[in-house]
Amino acid sequence: MAERFAQLADVAGNGDERASLGLKLRRADRRRKLRAYGLIAPLFLFLIAFFLVPIGSVLYYAVANPEVIELLPRVTRALADWDGQEIPDEAAFAALAEDLKAGYADRTLPKVSLRLNYEVKGFRSLLMRAGRRAKRLEPPYKEALLKADQRWGDLIYWRTIKENDSPVTLHYLLQAVDLDLQWDGSIKRAPPGQRIYIENLGRTLWIALVVTLVCIALGYPVAFLIANSPPRWTKILIILVLLPFWTSLLVRTAAWVILLQRAGVVNDLLISLGLIDEPVALIFNRTGVYVAMVHILLPFMILPLYSVMKGIPGDHMRAAASLGAKPWAAFFGVYFPQTLPGLAAGCLLVYVIALGFYITPMLIGGGGDQMLAYLIAEFATNTANWGLAAALALVLLVCIMVLYPLYQRFAGAGGMKLG
Amino acid sequence: MTVKGRVVTLALTAAVAATFAGEALARDFTIASWGGGYQDSQRKHFFKPFADAEGIRVLEDTYLGGWAQFKAMQATGSRPWDVVQIETSELVRGCEEGLFVKLDWSRIGPKSNYIKPAVTECGLGVVVVSQLVAWNPKNTKVQPTSIADFFDLAKIPGKRGVRSDPKGTLEFALMADGVDVKDVYKVMSTPAGLDRAFAKLDTIKPAIQWWEAGAQAPEWLVSGDVVMSTAYNGRISKANQGGHGLKMLWDNNILYVDKWVIFKGSEHVDAAYKYLKYFSDPKAEAAFTEDYTYGQPNKAAMKYIKPEVAAQLPAGDNIATALDTGSAESVEFWLDNSDEIFERWTAWKAQM
Repeated sequence: MAERFAQLADVAGNGDERASLGLKLRRADRRRKLRAYGLIAPLFLFLIAFFLVPIGSVLYYAVANPEVIELLPRVTRALADWDGQEIPDEAAFAALAEDLKAGYADRTLPKVSLRLNYEVKGFRSLLMRAGRRAKRLEPPYKEALLKADQRWGDLIYWRTIKENDSPVTLHYLLQAVDLDLQWDGSIKRAPPGQRIYIENLGRTLWIALVVTLVCIALGYPVAFLIANSPPRWTKILIILVLLPFWTSLLVRTAAWVILLQRAGVVNDLLISLGLIDEPVALIFNRTGVYVAMVHILLPFMILPLYSVMKGIPGDHMRAAASLGAKPWAAFFGVYFPQTLPGLAAGCLLVYVIALGFYITPMLIGGGGDQMLAYLIAEFATNTANWGLAAALALVLLVCIMVLYPLYQRFAGAGGMKLG
Repeated sequence: MTVKGRVVTLALTAAVAATFAGEALARDFTIASWGGGYQDSQRKHFFKPFADAEGIRVLEDTYLGGWAQFKAMQATGSRPWDVVQIETSELVRGCEEGLFVKLDWSRIGPKSNYIKPAVTECGLGVVVVSQLVAWNPKNTKVQPTSIADFFDLAKIPGKRGVRSDPKGTLEFALMADGVDVKDVYKVMSTPAGLDRAFAKLDTIKPAIQWWEAGAQAPEWLVSGDVVMSTAYNGRISKANQGGHGLKMLWDNNILYVDKWVIFKGSEHVDAAYKYLKYFSDPKAEAAFTEDYTYGQPNKAAMKYIKPEVAAQLPAGDNIATALDTGSAESVEFWLDNSDEIFERWTAWKAQM
């Protein structure tokens, strides 16, 4: 902009005036830009400090592997050159005894024993029992430890310790997609009874997709109605859409339980109308989950659609009709393409929020309806396996990021330009 | 700046400074418990009388289970609470990791005053909760007489409410399949035993309705959604106070004894010990059972409890065939196996 004015000044005045005018304009421009950056800097720093940094550090848990290196340092060093084919020598056992004594005394042994238990079931009690006896151990340690518990003669325990001697690990990330990291670096699928994460992810993506499609089917006509009604009706309809939106999610979910249960309002109504004889199972199954989730997410579809539809002049449809287009042709040729940005925004909102749902499926769904956030919550708050919780959260994040270019294509094509 | 502007700025600065100054002062003695009506009752019988007797301020907070908050406390070094009521698995973990104080029983009371499950290295028992089979006699003609009836869809048809947690449910299935109480964990430690527990649950799988919160089970029994359910005894008794006439089967029930623990490094350790001593008062504990029919840690409390209330407590004859999840055997088994069993449980549940 400064350059443009400088060009005009060029044409207009003489050399010196031109130069000083251009300089003044560029300086003013820079000052304006700095002021603008200064105004958004606090928000930018806030986002970095309270959003990116905490989330980044939580996601780091997905690969962090500090326990074995920090809490079993001597064993790790002793096993550095071990090939893993035979029981380690006396030096490794001595190192283990030292680490057990130290770990039990400063109470860090439980942490590393629980971490190793994630890899081999029973490792926890093995380490804790050995830790309790460690004070009374005498050299030769190999004999003493093998006598105390013959499991120490099993290679798998030593191999697991050696496997975890690096500060980062793929264990959690692989577990989050039903894979298992073996000690020699190979990757195997988890045993059949243990494969839950991929199936759960697939179910989560599917439920979110179905809910989005139903929201489009129900929300588009409602938004169209609101956008094309007289102003007095618009206000009332918008309030009707927003009112449930302002009620707590938990209250709405509990209300659905009352409506859909066997002796609930819906079943009683259908029986009294004579449409069915026995109560229908509407809750604790997938149907109930879909109904409740669509109810909760519908405003997120209606509002963006409405805001875009409001901006489409009524003349366009009339112009299309006057040019000879039949009603449906006019709709799909003229009106619908202009609502695409709103549709894309609504779909993105509904889909992403639906992916993160867990309370509604937990209270209304059955055993086969739990979504990924339920597992993440279980690991994050209950068992405190933050590595696995972070890995699952990362998987979900990647799924959502894959969606974004898709959204860009539809939103961008509709002409919703930002800046 | 105008005079008004200067005054406003000064006032705001003073307010902000006051907030931070307040933070720098020591925190009052804080107890964390389950919240809700349960904590209200504890406040009435224990917290408030203790605060009045000692002349100190007692703050409260809610703790709903899980290890995550303790892990965060270890990581940040913060201790928002002094005393908290926790479950056995967290108790054992916190005791081993040095988060909780090893109790000095001379400051609380002689160990012989308390029932055995209430005395542990780092914790004093708070209440004895029993998870048992409950049913609504109005919903079924045939009344169940043993827990095997829970798994008999021919004898008593209808849906069953089951707690959505493998811990407690797998033991329940094994006992219903005929395993003796003292052999349950030995059997479960073998792959065949674990398969047996899942196979037993498979026999009623299509009829199972899973519950997460304690309040759901009595609700479903009253509304007729399920014909039988595993439930916490206190919740059933509370529903019966409203006249719903639900019945309980004490046969092979499963005991959970939550414990009070004191945080190591807390600046109110003295007050905490005084609180635990106050809590052991048999009369106060007996009065508490009027609100919540849970077993009390002090043996002497039974003297002050009315017989009709005592009949509903997980105490005496009612727990003759009960399984204690606080036993060393149970705690060891679940600390070792909970991760793997959780995955198998989730996979199994998903194939509904």
